Amino acid sequence: MSAVILHGRTVVPGVAEGEALVSHEPISGWGGIDPARGVIIERRHELYGVCFTGKVLVFPSAKGSSGWAGFFQTTRLTGTAPIGMVIGRISAKSALGAVVTRVPAITDLDADPCAVIDTGDWLLLDNSTVEVTKR
Amino acid sequence: MFLTDAEKAMRDGAEGPAVAAAMDLLLRYGAALDASRLCDIRNVAGTMTQPSPVKARLVKEHGWDKAFAVINLDSDGDFEVPPMAVPTCQLQHGFGADALGIVPYPKENIELQASGEAFYGRHGVNILATCTPYQVGNLPMRGEHCAWMESSAVIYANSVLGARTNCEGIASTGAASLTGKIPCWGNHLDANRYGTHLVDVRVQVDSFQDWGMLGYFAGGVAGEDHPVITGSIGQPDLTDLKHFGAAAATSGGVELYHIPGITPEKPTVEAAFGGAVPPSPAVYGPAERRAVYETLNEIGTSADVDFVLLGCPHASVDQIRSTAAALDGKRLSPSTELWIMAPRALKDVADRSGYTEVIQRAGGRVLADSCPAMSRAAPKGTRVFATDSAKQAHYLPAILGIEAWFGTLEECVDAAVTGRWNGGLR
Repeated sequence: MSAVILHGRTVVPGVAEGEALVSHEPISGWGGIDPARGVIIERRHELYGVCFTGKVLVFPSAKGSSGWAGFFQTTRLTGTAPIGMVIGRISAKSALGAVVTRVPAITDLDADPCAVIDTGDWLLLDNSTVEVTKR
Repeated sequence: MFLTDAEKAMRDGAEGPAVAAAMDLLLRYGAALDASRLCDIRNVAGTMTQPSPVKARLVKEHGWDKAFAVINLDSDGDFEVPPMAVPTCQLQHGFGADALGIVPYPKENIELQASGEAFYGRHGVNILATCTPYQVGNLPMRGEHCAWMESSAVIYANSVLGARTNCEGIASTGAASLTGKIPCWGNHLDANRYGTHLVDVRVQVDSFQDWGMLGYFAGGVAGEDHPVITGSIGQPDLTDLKHFGAAAATSGGVELYHIPGITPEKPTVEAAFGGAVPPSPAVYGPAERRAVYETLNEIGTSADVDFVLLGCPHASVDQIRSTAAALDGKRLSPSTELWIMAPRALKDVADRSGYTEVIQRAGGRVLADSCPAMSRAAPKGTRVFATDSAKQAHYLPAILGIEAWFGTLEECVDAAVTGRWNGGLR
C-alpha cells in the first residue's frame, strides 16, 4: 500500500473518503447520466452502465448540455450522488455541478488525476489535497 | 471574491431571504470557479417550468416557491419567490396542451408546466419557450454580460452577437434572475475571448447542411476552446450560424468562435489571436467533409424512415416556409410522420402566413415549445428518423434508442413523402 498526495484547488470545501471511479473521457449530464439510478448512460462512453453512487468521481471535464449541474443536483435529491469529485479542467458546468451536488470537490491538481488515479483506489479528499492509496 | 457593499447587503438579507439565498449560491459558485468578482447582468435565459419527477414531487408537496428554492437556487430555505429583478426568459421546455393527441407526452407534464407558466409569468418570467430566444426578441447587445443556459443559444450569443455569457445552469440562472449578478469569469473577460484553434476551409461551404457539418468538425477540433474559421465560406445567414453553433457545441463544447469578416468581435485572423502567431490550421477539405457526413450517418442501417424531424435549433420562419414549399401539393407516406419545431411566436407567424396549413394538408405538424430530445417523445413505434440537424442526429439515437439519417431539408421531406431515405452527400 503506497500513498501519493496530490495538491490542487478547492472547488467545494470539505472532507470525503472512499473508492475512486475514474473516467478518462469527459462526462455528460443531460443524455449522459440517469440521475434516478446514478448510472452513466451514454452509449459509447467507457463507463456505460457503471454506477457512481457513493464513489469519488474522477473525470477530466464536463461536456454537453447546460443541464449538467441540474442532473447532478438531482442525484443528490434522489440519493444517487457521488461522495466527491476530482475534476481535471474546471468549467462553469462542472463548478456549478459540484456546488449543487454539495460534495467535496477539487481541481487544478499538480498531476493529471485521470492518469495517476485508477478505479478502485482509495481516496481521501481534504479541501485542497487528494490522498491516493493504491488498491 | 470581492463584493461591493450592495452585494454584501444582498448576501446579508437586506433584500429578503430569497435574494440572500441567491447570493449564497453565487458566492459558492464563484468560489468554485475562483472568480475574483461578480458582474452585473440584465438578461437571463434559464429554465423554471420544464417538468421533471423531482419538480413534480416538490410542487405537489410544498408548492412552486419551494420548487424554485430547491431547484433554481439550490437552497433549503422556505420563502416566497419575489419578482424577477432583471429581464428573464424561459427557454425550451415540455410540450403544451396543443400537442395532446399528436405527441405521446404525459398529460401530467402538460398540466404541471401550465401551472408553472402561470406562477412564473406572475413573477415576471417571459415564457419565450424556445432554445432560440435570439429569434424572438431577446437579442443581447455586443459586449452585454448575460447569464444564459442552452449550449446552442450560448454559442450564438457569444459569437454571432458578441455578447458575453458562460454556459450557465439551472441554479446559476435562477440566482442571477433575482440578483442581476453572475460570476465574472471565463467568457466575461477580454483575455478569454481570443481564438485558440484555426480551421482552414478548403471546400466551399454555402448551404445550411454544409454549415452544420463544418460546425461539427470545428467542435471536434476545438473541444471546449475557441475555433477561428477562415477560407472558402460564403455569406451565412441566421439559420446557417444557428446550425453551425449548435453542431460545434454538440461535437465539442464550444461556447465562442470567430469568423473574421462575418462575426463582429474579431475582424481579422490576427485580431482573433490577439497578435500572436496563429496555430497551424486544421484543414477542412473534401475528405474531412465526407468523414463528418459519415459520422453523422453511421447510426442508420434501415432506409425505411418513419419519422422526420426538422427545426433543431427551433426553426426560423424561412425554414418553416421552405418546408411548406417542399411539401406543397404532396402527401406524407402513411408510415411516416413529419414534425417541425419552432418558437411559438414564429409558429403564430407561420399560421398567419398560411405555411402551417400547407404543412398540415400534407400530413405534417408545426409544433412549439419543445422538441423530441427535451421531452423524450417521438411518434409511437419510431425506429428510424431523418433530420437536417447535426445536433439531433448526434443526440436523438442515444436518447430514444433509434436510428438516424442526416441530410438536407429536401432529402428529409422526400423521406417523409416516400417513406424511404434516398439521401447522399453531394
